[in-house]
Amino acid sequence: MIEIRDARKTFTRGGLSHEALKGVSLRVEKGDIFGIIGTSGAGKSTLIRLVNALEKPTSGQVLIDGQPLDGYSERELRAVKKKIGMVFQHFNLLESKTVFDNVAIPLVLDGRSKKEIRERVTELLAYVGLSDKAKSYPKELSGGQKQRVGIARALANHPSILLCDEATSALDPQTTQSILALLKRINEEFDITILIVTHEMAVIQQICNKVAVMQNGEIIEQGYVLNVFGKPEHPTTENFVRTVIRNTIPGSVLQDLNRDRPGRVFKLEFVGDSASQPIISRLVRSFDVEINILFANMTEVQQTTLGNMILQIVGADREIEGAIAFLKEQVDRIEEVEAI
Amino acid sequence: MNIDTIITSEQLIRAVNETLRMVGFSLLFGALLGIPIGILLVVTRPGGLLENRLVYRVLNPVINVVRSLPFIILLVAILPFTRWLVNTSIGTTAAIVPLVLYVAPYIGRLVENSLLEVNPGILEAAQAMGAKPWQVIWHFMLPEAFSSLILTMTTATIGLIGATAMAGTVGGGGLGDLAISYGYQRFDTFTVVITVVLLVIFVQGIQSAGNALARRARRER
Repeated sequence: MIEIRDARKTFTRGGLSHEALKGVSLRVEKGDIFGIIGTSGAGKSTLIRLVNALEKPTSGQVLIDGQPLDGYSERELRAVKKKIGMVFQHFNLLESKTVFDNVAIPLVLDGRSKKEIRERVTELLAYVGLSDKAKSYPKELSGGQKQRVGIARALANHPSILLCDEATSALDPQTTQSILALLKRINEEFDITILIVTHEMAVIQQICNKVAVMQNGEIIEQGYVLNVFGKPEHPTTENFVRTVIRNTIPGSVLQDLNRDRPGRVFKLEFVGDSASQPIISRLVRSFDVEINILFANMTEVQQTTLGNMILQIVGADREIEGAIAFLKEQVDRIEEVEAI
Repeated sequence: MNIDTIITSEQLIRAVNETLRMVGFSLLFGALLGIPIGILLVVTRPGGLLENRLVYRVLNPVINVVRSLPFIILLVAILPFTRWLVNTSIGTTAAIVPLVLYVAPYIGRLVENSLLEVNPGILEAAQAMGAKPWQVIWHFMLPEAFSSLILTMTTATIGLIGATAMAGTVGGGGLGDLAISYGYQRFDTFTVVITVVLLVIFVQGIQSAGNALARRARRER
């Protein structure tokens, strides 16, 4: 559907060159909600702009439905762009036009009839819940409403792909929720593939099925969201995951614990079914150890439960070893936390 | 009331008419030339919509050269051109030619500034929608810059009123000419006062109207 092959992009300004993308490859399948996460300056905005040819790669290729973009003429490229909607962080609505006219613009550019435009815009405004705002101007709307207009505008030409460049980054958490829910609905109801760029892991967690993590112009990790959240491999990925799934306890707490009651502290991670098993009670029954649960947390990602737990095991060395062996079989990941 | 002056009310009315005619026509033709120049400057500049080094590199200094000439110099320098174009080098019509040449590059620059103020994000959205270059200009740039363009034309109009004062040099007439040839050269204080008052009223009126229209275009009623 969308394929990026070894894309490089170098910007040169005043003799200084900056390599924004250093050989990025990516594959987005039809129906995916694919998230690209990274800190600012990681190259993710440049990457998403390759998909609708707002930027051209210095080398490498971008393919949409198997067709390389660099094989198209300017005119053909414009036709391709009309099938790719784009939603922006700062909405980019025309301040001089009403909500209705903003949504109508892609259709006006396409030379559609007045009647057709009126029908489609009315339909779109109803879909995003802004029927009563048709005659308002963007400056009279809230951020969330502006983004709904932006989304309606992006959908006007019945696109097969929707690109979201930090679409929720300028919005408050509650509004972010409603916009994400809208994007999810669009993905499901219209079978539109969504590529979303963000620096908020919560966005990835809530609607994406796949994720790519970017750092310094490279993709350092990518895969199904569930796998990446369950077993982040790169430290940067780990940091992002920890913004939504916390699994640390303060060092001072650890210190106090070990002084008061020497034992060993472990971090456990569960994915799916194992999260709902009574593992701890079995553990206590099978081994002569005391368990002190320091932290526990459950998160839902892609309708699957991810569990996190930190516990202290106190007991004889042999019993603790036995307990660890038991836990290794039951949970998806176990890691000892060193006392500081 | 008895006013001590050597000009007649007919002379005054004629001068007002001449000034309005010069300003009106110069503004019309100046805008017809200047607005496309401004658009051209914006779209051909490096990184612009239709980047074109040659056009930009030629147009940009030419505008600077014309703009660096004081109007009175421009007026006499292009007399042969004026004669060729309108078959005369004296009178109101002859004054309009240099006025247009004076105001068009000015409008061009002001339009350029107005268009450059348009939020680049909006132009990016236009590109993302697959808009053709003329569509980007017509459906995005111009509507978004509209209120700023109104203020631009207001500034240009006021600049033109100032320039028409020198049109008397080629017999163009107008309020400025009246003030110089009767008020200054024949020591008729009343003529100076009345022309100054009229010019101030014109400028104030045009500025207020421009501001009101611009506010309206920005939806701040």
